[in-house]
Amino acid sequence: MKFKRSMRLVAALGALALVAAACGGTDFEAGALGAVTVESGEAVEIRSLEAISGEVAFLGIPNENATRMAVDDFGQIHGHDVNVGTGLDDLCSADGGQSAAQTIVSDEQVVGVIGTSCSGAAAAASPLISEAGLVLVSPSNTSPSLTSDLAGNVAENWNAGYYRTAHNDLFQGQAAANFVFDNLGLRKVALIHDGDPYTNGLTTAFQNAFVELGGEIVVHTAVAVGDTDMVPVLTEVAAGGPELIFFPIFPAEGTFIVQQIGGVAGLEDVVLMGADGLSVENFMNVPETEGMYFSGPDTRFDENTNEATGVNGVDFLAAYDTQWGGAPSADFWGHAYDATTMLLTAVEAVAVVDGDTIHIDRQLLRDELSATSGFNGLIGSITCDEFGDCGAAVISIFQHNNLDDHQASKSNILYTYSG
Amino acid sequence: MTASTTTPSRKGRRFRFNWVDSFLWFIRITAIITIAVGITGSVQHFIAGEGPTLEQWRDLIISSISTGAMYGLIALGYSMVYGILGFINFAHGEVFMSGTMAAIIPATVLFNTGFWDAQPVLSLIIVLITAMITSVLTAVIVEKVAYRPLRGAPRLIPLITSIGVSFFIQYAFAGLFGVAIRSYPPPPGNLTEDIIIFGVPIEGTKILVIIVAILAMIGLWYFVTRTKTGRAMRAVAEDKEIAGLMGINVDRTIVTTFIVGGAMAGVAGLLWALLFRGVDFLTGFLPGIKAFTAAVLGGIGNLPGAMLGGVLLGLFEGVGPILVLDGLDIVGIDIPAVSQLRNAVAFIALVLVLVFRPTGLLGERLGSEDRA
Repeated sequence: MKFKRSMRLVAALGALALVAAACGGTDFEAGALGAVTVESGEAVEIRSLEAISGEVAFLGIPNENATRMAVDDFGQIHGHDVNVGTGLDDLCSADGGQSAAQTIVSDEQVVGVIGTSCSGAAAAASPLISEAGLVLVSPSNTSPSLTSDLAGNVAENWNAGYYRTAHNDLFQGQAAANFVFDNLGLRKVALIHDGDPYTNGLTTAFQNAFVELGGEIVVHTAVAVGDTDMVPVLTEVAAGGPELIFFPIFPAEGTFIVQQIGGVAGLEDVVLMGADGLSVENFMNVPETEGMYFSGPDTRFDENTNEATGVNGVDFLAAYDTQWGGAPSADFWGHAYDATTMLLTAVEAVAVVDGDTIHIDRQLLRDELSATSGFNGLIGSITCDEFGDCGAAVISIFQHNNLDDHQASKSNILYTYSG
Repeated sequence: MTASTTTPSRKGRRFRFNWVDSFLWFIRITAIITIAVGITGSVQHFIAGEGPTLEQWRDLIISSISTGAMYGLIALGYSMVYGILGFINFAHGEVFMSGTMAAIIPATVLFNTGFWDAQPVLSLIIVLITAMITSVLTAVIVEKVAYRPLRGAPRLIPLITSIGVSFFIQYAFAGLFGVAIRSYPPPPGNLTEDIIIFGVPIEGTKILVIIVAILAMIGLWYFVTRTKTGRAMRAVAEDKEIAGLMGINVDRTIVTTFIVGGAMAGVAGLLWALLFRGVDFLTGFLPGIKAFTAAVLGGIGNLPGAMLGGVLLGLFEGVGPILVLDGLDIVGIDIPAVSQLRNAVAFIALVLVLVFRPTGLLGERLGSEDRA
C-alpha cells in the first residue's frame, strides 16, 4: 500500500514537472549559433578592443572613448544597462588581437565587440570571434583583405559576423592615386609599407589605381616594424628616382623616416604623403612633417546626426572635450560612435523580451546587422554590403601646414573623393 | 658533439663520412654561390645604370659603418662581461637604453634655452656625460643586486636572471618616461651638413660618430693594456681564482668591468642620439641583440673583435640586402621588399660567420673555466 502510494506521488510530481517546464515562460528557441540570455538586473555585455597602448595609442584611445560615449548616449536596452567593461588592447598586432579575442570569447555573455583599431589585429581576432558566434564591428579597420574586393569576391580574411564602419582601402588607394596623378601631376611614385595587412593593402590599392591611370611605381618596398635605421630603405627608394613617396605606415617608423630622409642623396625634393595611420597627434608634431600630404576619412561630420541618439558631430566633439579634454587624437571617432550605436540598435531590434529577461539570438543579430540600410550616423548614411563593408566611403586629402594647430591643418583639405 | 661513423667503402681505405660536416660544407658552398651571384647582379645593375648611384652607395656604406661603430661600442660590454664572468649579460641592451633615454632631459632643456645650437660641443659633452653616468649607474646597480649574489651559481642562472633584469629595466623606464617615443632635438650646429674629406662629402654626424667611437676604443685599449686596473681585469678574465690569490680584489675588478662596459654603452647612447634621435623603452632590445651578435661575430671575449664585429654587422645589415638580395634577380629570384629582410640578413651573417669560422673572426678569449 505504501509502495503504491509513493509511486503515484512520484508520477504526479513527474507530470507536474513536465507541465511546468512546458508552460514556464515563452517558447524561446535559440538559432544555430545559440543565444545570450540577459537576466533581470544583468547588463548587456559588449566589449571594446582597440590599440590603447604604445605609440599607436593615439589611434585607439579616441575609438574606445567614443564607444563609451555612445553607450551612455544610447541608454538602456529593454530596461537593461549596456556594459562595456574594461577596454581590451589589440596591441596593433596579430598577437594582441588573438589573445584579446580569446579573452573575450571565453565570456559567454558577450554579444558583440567594437574593434579592432588595426587591420593586422583584426586578421587574427576575426576568426576566433566569428567561430564563437559573436559579432565584430570595426571603426577603423580599412584593409581590403578583411572584407572583399568590392567586386563581389570575398577576401582571404573575411569571417561571418564581421562588419566595419570604416572605409575599404580600395577607395583610399584610388583617392590617393587620383590626387597624386591629377592634382599634383606627378608620375613616379615610391611606396613603403610595413608588412601589415593595412599598410600593404593600401600601397597595393594605390599601385593598382595609379598604374591604371598611367603612372609608374618605381619602388614598392617595406620596412620592418621596430626598425630605426631607415637609411638603407631610403637608399633603395632613392635609387628609383621617385617624385613622391607614399608611406601609409604608423608613427613609430614614420618618424624615423622623415627624420632621416635629409641624409639620403637624391631625395632632397621628393614630396611626402602618408595616410590615416600617420595623421595622429604625435606624428604631426614632428617638425619635419610640415608640408606633407595626408589621406584619410573625411571627418567633416558637424551637420550629421546619429539617428539612434540624436547627437551630431558638433555636440560630440564638445562632449568629448568636456569628458576627456581636447580633441580626439585620431580621425575615427565618428566611425566608433556609429559602430556602437549600430550594434546596440540591432541588439535592441532582435532581443526577445521575456518578462525581465531578454534573449538575444546570435544569428538573428548578424542578420539584422547585415540588413543595415540607410542608418544615419555621424559619418553619413550607413548601408552594409554582404561582406561587412558598411562605411560611407568619403576620403579627403589635406596638407599639413600648421604644426601648432592640427585641426587647422586637417581643415586644409585639397581633394575629396566619394566612392 | 659531432657524430662520426666509419664506413669502409673501399678496400684498405677508411672513408669517414660525416653527415654534419657534409651539411656544413653544403651550407658554405650555397652561401658563397648566393653571395657571389647577388653581388654580380648588383654590379650588373650598376653598370646598366639601375639601382643606387655611386654617391648613394657611398652614403649607405658610411651610414652603415657609423651604425656599426655604435653596435661595436655596445658589444664591448657584452664581450667584457663574458670574458670575466662567463655569461651573456642580456640586460646590457637596457643599460644602453637607460643612458640614451635619460640624456634626453638635458638635451631638451638645452634645446629650449637655445644653448644647444649656440654651443654644440659643450651641449654634446653634457649629453655624453649624462648618458655615461646613467648607464654606469644602471650597470653597477644591476651587478650588485642581481649578479653578485649568484657569483658561484651555474652559468645558466645569471643568464636567466639577466633576461629578467632586462624586462624589469624596460618596464621601469616605461613607467618613468612613458611609452611614447621621445625624440632628441636635431643635431646641433652644422653637424647635418656635409664635410669634405679627401674630396668626398660626408655628413657631419656620421663623421662625428665614427671619430667618437674610435676615441672611445683607443681610450679603452689604453685602459685595458696600460693601467694597473686594466691588467687586473685581464688577470681576472684569465683565471679568477689565481688572480684572487695574487692579491687582486676580484669583486672590485668585476665592478670596474661593469663600469667600463656601462661607460661604453653610454657613449653609444650619445651616438644613437645623433644618428636616430628617437628613443622609447624598447629601444635597447634590438641593438642589444645585434651587439651581442657582433660580439660573437668578432670572437666572444675579444675586445678588438667586438669592435670589428660591430662594424661588420652594421655593413652586413645596411649594405647586404641591397647588394646581395637585390642582385639575385639576374637568376630570377625576385625579392620584392629587400629592406624588410635587414634583420634576417644581419643574423644570417652571424650564422654564416660561425659556419665558416666557429670561434668568431678574431678568435675567442675565454677564461680558464671555459676553456675545454
